[in-house]
Amino acid sequence: MSLSRRRSAPPPPGLLFEGADWDFDMLSRIYAAVEEVGLEELGLDIYPNQIEVITSEQMLDAYASTGMPLFYKHWSFGKQFLRNETLYRKGWQSLAYEIVINSSPCIVYIMEQNTATMQTLVLAHAAFGHNHFFKNNYVFRQWTDADGIHDYLAFAKAYIASCEERHGADNVERFIDAAHALMSHGIHRSPRRQPMDLASEQRRERERREHGERLFNDLWRTVPEGRKRAGARPEEERRRALLGLPEENVLYFLEKVAPRLQPWQREILRIVRLIAQYFYPQRQTKVMNEGCATYTHHRIMGRLHETGRITDGAFLEFLHSHTSVVMQPEFDDRRYGGLNPYALGFAMMEDIERICVAPTDEDRHWFPDIAGKGDHMAVLRDAWANYRDESFVSQFLSPHLIRKLRLFRLVDDARADEVVVSAIHDERGYRDIRRALGRHYDVSRQDPNIQVVDVDLAGDRQLLLRHEMVDGIRLEPGDASRVLQHLADLWGYGVRLVEVEGDAIRATHDAQPRRPFM
Amino acid sequence: MHIIDRRLDPGGKSLANRQRFIRRARGLLRQAVRDAASSRAIREVGDGGAVSIPAGDVHEPSFHAGSGAGTRDHVLPGNKTYSAGDRIQRPPGGQGGGGSDGSPDGEGEDSFAFVLSREEFLDLFLEDLELPNMAKRQIMGEDKERRVPAGFRTTGSPAALSVSRTLRRSLSRRIALKRPSPAELDALRHELEILERSGSDVAAAEALRERIGRLEKRLLVVPFIDPVDLRFRRLDAVPEPVARAAMFCLMDVSGSMDEHMKDLAKRFFSLLYLFLTKRYKRVEIVFIRHTHEAKEVDEETFFKSRESGGTVVSSALKEMARIAAQRFPADQWNIYAAQASDGDNMSSDNALAIELLRDTILPMSQYYAYLEVGRGTSDGIGWVRQETGLWRAYERLVSPNVPMSMRKVGDRRDIYPVFRELFEKKATTKGKS
Repeated sequence: MSLSRRRSAPPPPGLLFEGADWDFDMLSRIYAAVEEVGLEELGLDIYPNQIEVITSEQMLDAYASTGMPLFYKHWSFGKQFLRNETLYRKGWQSLAYEIVINSSPCIVYIMEQNTATMQTLVLAHAAFGHNHFFKNNYVFRQWTDADGIHDYLAFAKAYIASCEERHGADNVERFIDAAHALMSHGIHRSPRRQPMDLASEQRRERERREHGERLFNDLWRTVPEGRKRAGARPEEERRRALLGLPEENVLYFLEKVAPRLQPWQREILRIVRLIAQYFYPQRQTKVMNEGCATYTHHRIMGRLHETGRITDGAFLEFLHSHTSVVMQPEFDDRRYGGLNPYALGFAMMEDIERICVAPTDEDRHWFPDIAGKGDHMAVLRDAWANYRDESFVSQFLSPHLIRKLRLFRLVDDARADEVVVSAIHDERGYRDIRRALGRHYDVSRQDPNIQVVDVDLAGDRQLLLRHEMVDGIRLEPGDASRVLQHLADLWGYGVRLVEVEGDAIRATHDAQPRRPFM
Repeated sequence: MHIIDRRLDPGGKSLANRQRFIRRARGLLRQAVRDAASSRAIREVGDGGAVSIPAGDVHEPSFHAGSGAGTRDHVLPGNKTYSAGDRIQRPPGGQGGGGSDGSPDGEGEDSFAFVLSREEFLDLFLEDLELPNMAKRQIMGEDKERRVPAGFRTTGSPAALSVSRTLRRSLSRRIALKRPSPAELDALRHELEILERSGSDVAAAEALRERIGRLEKRLLVVPFIDPVDLRFRRLDAVPEPVARAAMFCLMDVSGSMDEHMKDLAKRFFSLLYLFLTKRYKRVEIVFIRHTHEAKEVDEETFFKSRESGGTVVSSALKEMARIAAQRFPADQWNIYAAQASDGDNMSSDNALAIELLRDTILPMSQYYAYLEVGRGTSDGIGWVRQETGLWRAYERLVSPNVPMSMRKVGDRRDIYPVFRELFEKKATTKGKS
């Protein structure tokens, strides 16, 4: 650890620091300098920051609870911790320089062993880049409550602890296991319809009547009635409508409808799904979020260097770390592990800046709205606020960048022996690649589309779920039956999952509840 | 903006979750720990370290896409030679195109490896084992000593100077030698000054002056602190009672002992070693193998090599008695012995073996365990009935007051229960069930 607790000797005028050591006064000075650039030159809009200095041990702790300072206790977090600890101890994995939490105040964990340069970088990246994104992006605004999350987690932790006391730790643990298995299907993907209040109900009724009166024609009465629609079963339709089916949020459905759950169990389901919902925006905006933060720190560090606030040596150290973060190995490289969200995000942000400032004819043709607009920060801030990965890539991935990254699209049909290159970085391929990459970031396509479609509460109460297959891809059968077992335990009666493609049923999984939860 | 220093916060936030995980995976872990232990040398058996468990019970399932049928679509960077419409042979191993989005976490995760601490490891390994209180503590001279205060002495290093003792002695000497106190002198001088000023009684003033002169001289002669006053704290090195044990592993390595039996014996010895290290600070192991003659060997040779020859148990007992007398005198060491054999012994030797045990070995030993190993195929009941010569001979020795017990083991899974059975009872109780 290179941290020095001495007060640093005052650096030469203008310079924020020299050498690697830092102390708390210096952190405040660095923060002030970064803030000046971030707020005034980049026009960022952030939650207040809370910087917390932690050790590597505490960083491992933070990993295990997805960064949140408070989290309920469960063995799966211990598993996570052991895995990370083992990887870290054996030197297979290094730790992040920081973790940032989408809350107000925004909590930024920074590691004590970072050098002064790294602390500057980390503050610019997390406390300004991510923070601005959390505060402004529409998916975060729509789905997360930055002010309330810590209170909610504190409540969740205390509630689950009290459940363990009252109902037995094993029992609660088993219940949370089941809820966790369905966590990825405990998310509302679109805002729910608000039930109508009386006034608007009456207004709608009146409008309908007026419409009917306007169109009234007595002749219709004389037209002979057609046959009743075949196959329509009004009771079933009505039953589904009452239960709000079909419903893709399986945990929500269980919480509201499952017949055999105790109130505390419903509350735990609610906790699990609300936390899943809280993290959902992060999954949808990985590329943009990192791109925004990386672009921000790059601009801020560059500015600090230009204005002589950091030394050449510190700037080189920063560039070394920056370039390794945005490194994108090519597909045939041994290190290749998918598209690096930092690299893609940063490249797109820089590309948007280029299009705004120095567009080519091609850019003018592809991006008439922003090409040559000049004020690239305004364009970027607008993009950061109003897009998520899928729409951002579909909108802003330029031919220039496709050529630069030499992107190509492969289609892999399991029935064929060979993989087909369907598009490369040429005039014919740009749109195809852009669309394909956009879809790749569509979280609702990555998660299998599974919905609760029917249940006969008056009959055998079997819950029916349907997996709409996309591109002929089925669920992994082993895990599917394990999750289904958990679902049956929660539901309390039999459960059936059918995988359908169009009208054809491709697979059926069944599960019966084991011993019920007490 | 606030900066908070969290580094001094109590650590171990994940401890509870870690314990929950270990509790959850207990069954699997116990198996993994035993397996790990059997592949280690006896001395390293309890060292903790990496274990890996099948992911099954601690797997967290979720609905996710399976591999196999279906059409997948990848966008990859770094195209060099492909153009649209090219067909590429699918790389062996399934996933097309470099696997840009292969299976999500969880798939293909067959085992879960992580590091257990020594305590966690031992805890699992020796779970629910009652450690009997059989220690005998011996006062040993050599390497372990503790320094205890042992009064005072007249020489020593300045750091050991006892100020209170020194001053106390200085005070008594000053009183005894009538050293004037500065206050006394001051009072006399003051008196003299008054007399001189008044100038009335010249003779009295002269006498007083002379007295003061005498006292000042005495003040110089009798110092405040004299070397004879000095007292230093004395620390004596006291030998620390060290609980130490010598463990004798006796094994028959004649042709009739096969690998399976040796493995059983090794497991038993490992357990005994672990048990002793939990109890004693120092444990020495002596490996004695025997056929018709006995030899002390190292662990490697003990378990690996094979000898041919008959079986004479008494040779090993003799060797043990000799080594114990030479290196591990019974008044300084806790002696434990474990003998593993298949029970074949030259019938003429049984009497001698018993005599040795009764007269030499048992009196000096804390505990003597005899393990008769059999072939794994035995179904227990039928096998137990048939008693070997050695077993019958030893059986006569076993009585409530003798620190000896004996068991038969036919299968690997019996070892642990047998060990537990042996050690959950007091050594003085009857060994045979």
